[in-house]
Amino acid sequence: MPTVKADHEACQGYANCVIAADDVFDIDDDGVVVLLRDEVAEEDRGRVADAANSCPVSALRLDDA
Amino acid sequence: MSHRTVVVGASIGGVRTAQALRRGGYAGEVVLVDADSELPYDRPPLSKAMLSKPMLNGAEATPALLTHAQAAASDIRLELGVAAHSLDVAAGTVDLADGRRLAFDDVVLATGSAARPSPWGRPEGLHVLRSLADARALRADLRRGGRVVVVGAGFIGAEVASAATALGLSVSVVDPLPVPMGRVVGDEVGRVFERLHQRHGASTYFGSGVEDVRRVPGGLTVTLTDGTRLDADTVVVGIGATPNQGWLESSGLLLDDGVVCDEFCRAVGQPRVHVVGDLARWHHRRHAEWVRVEHWTNAVEQASCVAHNIDHPEALRACVPVEYVWSDQYDWKVQLAGRPWRGARWTMLGDPDVDQRFAVLWADEAGVLCGAMSVNWPKATVASRRALGAAGATATLEEVREGLTAARAGATGR
Repeated sequence: MPTVKADHEACQGYANCVIAADDVFDIDDDGVVVLLRDEVAEEDRGRVADAANSCPVSALRLDDA
Repeated sequence: MSHRTVVVGASIGGVRTAQALRRGGYAGEVVLVDADSELPYDRPPLSKAMLSKPMLNGAEATPALLTHAQAAASDIRLELGVAAHSLDVAAGTVDLADGRRLAFDDVVLATGSAARPSPWGRPEGLHVLRSLADARALRADLRRGGRVVVVGAGFIGAEVASAATALGLSVSVVDPLPVPMGRVVGDEVGRVFERLHQRHGASTYFGSGVEDVRRVPGGLTVTLTDGTRLDADTVVVGIGATPNQGWLESSGLLLDDGVVCDEFCRAVGQPRVHVVGDLARWHHRRHAEWVRVEHWTNAVEQASCVAHNIDHPEALRACVPVEYVWSDQYDWKVQLAGRPWRGARWTMLGDPDVDQRFAVLWADEAGVLCGAMSVNWPKATVASRRALGAAGATATLEEVREGLTAARAGATGR
């Protein structure tokens, strides 16, 4: 199952990921990404990969577990 | 014969289109062409970290968008350092500046935009900022210290002023508009940016145009239309951008400050010609008008849409993003969503002179939210972008404000 990884230091709170996939990503009051879950169902791979790729500072990765 | 897509322009829009084609399972050939001989790079850091942060072991603050290894792994053929010279839609060919001709089944036009040239020529020490080479040259001059005059108080100008101030330089910001960002956020809200510059030690000259920039012994002199003379070691001209469409003038495509496209980002009447990023003037379904947007997120969303449409012409996807742009200015992370300039009225949450974070919401004549700006408050932008992009997009300013007010009260100590 694909796994989401977030680099909390790199995150700048642009929140494109939250707009693209709010079932996986959120941000906290300081504007830092929060992973609502780290495992992604196979059928959500494309959508979550798009969300990860919309990060302007490449703080998100989708790995094959 | 294999299907071939030629992508012209390897900035964010072109690179992301090529990558999205592969991610979506496109089996044809992908060729990515760019005039710049650098590996594809991202532009937002050029006016931010690239100027203000030291290089790390020689590495630039803007990492490559696509390395040779990544291109090879995705079977993307890179043709760098060669400009596209012209496009023949009927023949399905792109002529390159080195005389080669590339045949295509689909073509993606992603040549972006160029910095509007300096009306005062290019005396030594005067910079525009668009490319990695521009950023390197500007960084080298800023590192020498001294006095900087920034012409243009939009996003690029404000970011350069902010970076130069952080480097300890003496900074002046000039704009012919009486209030910075006034065209985007209106004069009253724009004044918060004037105070931001001043609070961080920049001198501001708003409401005066530039008459002349001239090389003098020991530096440059900037003369304003009101007669003021500013001495400078470095001058940065950030007065907007214009689409790179000159190479398309012989193509027969409809050009009107960008390539005019349908709602699927295809050049009108040309289903095999797709356009992404700053170059696209496309029909935005939700706005019911043609728009051109110069933002990073817009290019990324269009890339995904165009890649889908190339591979699925039977199930075309319209491109209907919500406008979104960010800017780092001094200690403010500014985020702007939607179209504030279309607002009939606005309201502010928080006080920009006192609070670390605040937001502004704009409503159209029907009271519906049409734009939002937040400073150091990304959650407010998320709520606004959701409301702006929701089906029907009918959330009123008051509804969004109530949600944010509750969130603000809930966030401890802020």
